[in-house]
Amino acid sequence: MSYLETLRLAVPETILVVAALSVLIADFTMRTSDARLRRVIGAMVGSVGCTAAVAWLLVMPAHAEVWQGMLVADPLTQLVKVGLLALTLLTLWVSVDSDFTAHVGEYFALILLATVGMMFLVSAEDILMIFVALELTSLSLYILTAFNKRDVKSAEAALKYFLFGGMAAAFMLFGLSLLYGLSGATNLKAIASALAGRALDPLLIVALVMVVIGFGFKVAAVPFHLWAPDAYEGAPIPSAAFIASGSKVASFFILAKVMMLGFAGVEGEGGWLEFRSGWVPTIALVAAVSMVLGNLAAIVQGNVRRLLAYSAIAHAGYALLGVLSNDGQGIGSLVYYTITYGLATLGAFGVVAVVGPRRGEALGAFAGLSRRAPLISMCMAVFMLSLAGIPPLAGFFGKFYVFAAVVNADMGLLWLVILAIAMSAVSLYYYLQVLKQIYVADEPADAPWLRVPVVIQVVLVLIALGVIVLGCLPSLLVGPLRHAVEAAGL
Amino acid sequence: MLAWTIYISFASALVLMFLPKDRPAAARVLALLAAAAGFGVAAAAFFQSTPGEMVTVVDVPWIPSLGIRYHLAADGISLTLVLLTGLAAVAGILFSWNITHRANEFFALYLALIGGVYGVFLSFDAFLLFVFYEIAIIPKYFIIAIWGSTRREYGAMKLALYSFVGSAMVLVGLIAAYVVSGANTMSLMELARYPFPPGFQFWVFPLVFVGFAILAGLWPFHTWAPTGHVAAPTAASMLLAGVVMKLGAYGCLRVAMTLFPDGLGPWGFDVMGLGSWRDVIALLAVIGIVYGAMVALVQKDFKFVIGYSSVSHMGFVLLGLATLNTIGLSGAVLQMFSHGVIAGLLFAVVGRMVYDRTHTRELTALEGMRLAKAMPFAAGTFVVAGVASMGLPGFSGFIAELQVLIGAWNGYPTLTIVTGCGILVGIAYTLRVMQKAFFGDDPVAARGSAADGETVHALDPISIPERLGAVILIAASLIVGLYPRVLLDRILPSFDSALFQWLRMGGGQ
Repeated sequence: MSYLETLRLAVPETILVVAALSVLIADFTMRTSDARLRRVIGAMVGSVGCTAAVAWLLVMPAHAEVWQGMLVADPLTQLVKVGLLALTLLTLWVSVDSDFTAHVGEYFALILLATVGMMFLVSAEDILMIFVALELTSLSLYILTAFNKRDVKSAEAALKYFLFGGMAAAFMLFGLSLLYGLSGATNLKAIASALAGRALDPLLIVALVMVVIGFGFKVAAVPFHLWAPDAYEGAPIPSAAFIASGSKVASFFILAKVMMLGFAGVEGEGGWLEFRSGWVPTIALVAAVSMVLGNLAAIVQGNVRRLLAYSAIAHAGYALLGVLSNDGQGIGSLVYYTITYGLATLGAFGVVAVVGPRRGEALGAFAGLSRRAPLISMCMAVFMLSLAGIPPLAGFFGKFYVFAAVVNADMGLLWLVILAIAMSAVSLYYYLQVLKQIYVADEPADAPWLRVPVVIQVVLVLIALGVIVLGCLPSLLVGPLRHAVEAAGL
Repeated sequence: MLAWTIYISFASALVLMFLPKDRPAAARVLALLAAAAGFGVAAAAFFQSTPGEMVTVVDVPWIPSLGIRYHLAADGISLTLVLLTGLAAVAGILFSWNITHRANEFFALYLALIGGVYGVFLSFDAFLLFVFYEIAIIPKYFIIAIWGSTRREYGAMKLALYSFVGSAMVLVGLIAAYVVSGANTMSLMELARYPFPPGFQFWVFPLVFVGFAILAGLWPFHTWAPTGHVAAPTAASMLLAGVVMKLGAYGCLRVAMTLFPDGLGPWGFDVMGLGSWRDVIALLAVIGIVYGAMVALVQKDFKFVIGYSSVSHMGFVLLGLATLNTIGLSGAVLQMFSHGVIAGLLFAVVGRMVYDRTHTRELTALEGMRLAKAMPFAAGTFVVAGVASMGLPGFSGFIAELQVLIGAWNGYPTLTIVTGCGILVGIAYTLRVMQKAFFGDDPVAARGSAADGETVHALDPISIPERLGAVILIAASLIVGLYPRVLLDRILPSFDSALFQWLRMGGGQ
């Protein structure tokens, strides 16, 4: 096991770190230039990094594991990383026309560093590594949330996010240390085999619950969701978009891995009236309350970003079903779901980034948008309907895939699927509220003038096309995912 | 070739979406051409088809890893409903010739809806059918919310949520069926062959059936229909009553009843005289027929009368489904076609000919206007549509309802008699509304409207597109009424196919 080998597996991450440093240096040399130019340069350098990393991942498929699971590269993690990099790339370009900071270089570097954290998170199968990668991601995201120094809401949001996050990290660390104490191992598979045959004793339950709390915070599942609405509302829009998209993909993936690999053997039973302690009923409970609370709370929101936050909580509930299926198909459906969800949410935040600064983010600010800016209105319609799960958009197939996978794995969990489908019928109401403003309501006479930057328009159209294409031809992603899951041996 | 009905509709919807906004004339001509092309394709396919033969249009893997196929095909039932869709689409555009506000968007959404409807009728893969079914929901919302009238946003949202709740129920059932069969397929033919456990069918059948039947106006889930119909612009009311409600009934027949036939069978115990889901459906259908007719009898709003009459007439379709014999089932399909045409005509008269000119639908206000003199064509059309709706021999409604009643007599003699009373109430409300709206001679009301002489002349004459649309629909109803074999020759043999094997094996009896 040489360091060279490790480095070879970590080339994509290395490329991204280099890109982050390059952004910093490039920006440092042009302190006095026009801010937009600096943002474009930052986004370009970042994009080069992301593209190079994607190219490496696609050209050099790796299948290896070093340092007892500290770093695992297999087709599945590679695929998830490609998805993460694509979301990061789009986030970079959504940021180009958002003018909220003079520290452009730092901003882009932090986005890239957060992505590095997520990539390590995805390929970790060791609790120490998971924790370190999680902290790298989280700390970057806290700063990204606080980046708008002129806005008191941004600071408030960041403080809330940080305090909750710090607490959740403490819980998770506690849980992980108990897990280590019980098993004497840090590798997920080793933990599972050390715990094999052991009954679900109180200590293990504490460890399990603590870990679920830690991850529940990351994925914004009820009852650990309290930070989300404020962070989504207060953070600079591109940061919020990034928290809602990329970080979700990575967090869900690692959550699934920890549960499926680390807690293998203590699944318990999640069927209706057949509950038996274990991680499945725990997650099932979290998923159920997330779906119910997220969707019901979203109905009464008057601010589009808060609405998106509660919708994110609801979607966390649906995505947790992918974790619950506890098999290869489940994790495949989870990845499909989170990536397509990330795309749609990122796009929705992109539209808010166009409308918000001039007109505000209340629902009413979107009144009559379809006649002022038809193209981005159409994009928003695609994103909202995808989130609501209307075919032929990606969100629909994502839901179908997750639901089918979980019922396929365990017919007893049908109650959760019924709840999820019922709740997604509720969700159509509030997504239609947004579209009603855009398409049905008339623009107020005194509405401020609206400029739609070309770059963001192009990005939004690309995302919308992605959502449509992935929805009409899900095999484009489902096929590779299936192969990857088989190759990864999950 | 039949698949082009779907592609033409969606492609022209896309083109219309990006058409310049200030050219309503171009938009409607394009829309009419697209709809006419779709109708042409549908008619050609219908008349070229060999009775009793199922035509596979296209069958390719769509999502291979989940066994989902892009499978479009047509049997006689599909062909009949595709023909109806084409007819209703063309007529609807002729009756929205006066739309100028955001016309390109209107016709784009309209054609997207039509495309979805064609897709449902042609899908032979449950997943694909569901996808098209949901595609049809969203355009309805926008068409009603943007171009509608009375309480349009409420009506639109209610309609969208009811449809979505229904499709959510269907989705649960389909996922459960997909997993339980374990065959990794969504093909209707394959799933219909799979013997689902009776205990499973006992709860999945009503779930899927009711999920679809919500859209077919099954009492007591019908309340979206009157509000939605009333709020919708004319063309949308025509489509809603004409084809969208048929989507629901078609789903009941094509998915719920073929996949889970044992769900119709006896439970083995009685609850208040009801021994199976079949009995429950028949009872609800008859309640819908009688209730819809009685409520229509007391409405003050012209359009609500027609809205409730749709609920009543769709009850015949559901009753026909519950008969479980060939004559009743083919009567149900025939009634779908017949009601699609007649309801379209009624809504066209109320919404386009009367409301767009008088700007009121209050029957008391219309009573004073002497519309029969002002608009003889509208009055004539309404009389024809009214008698067709009552079920006068010679029109399509008669033969369809007669078949349903004959079919129902076998299992449900009492309910058949009650239904007969419902038909009498139907005649009563039709005559009442006809008299009030067009032949009012109430001297008090006449004096009330300032100068009746002038109101008579102030109304625009009935335009050519309206006349054309009315003639097409009346002709369709007459042709089917006088020569029902044109449809029945293709509908009846469809029930011999493998999908309906359970009919002959005594399934559900």
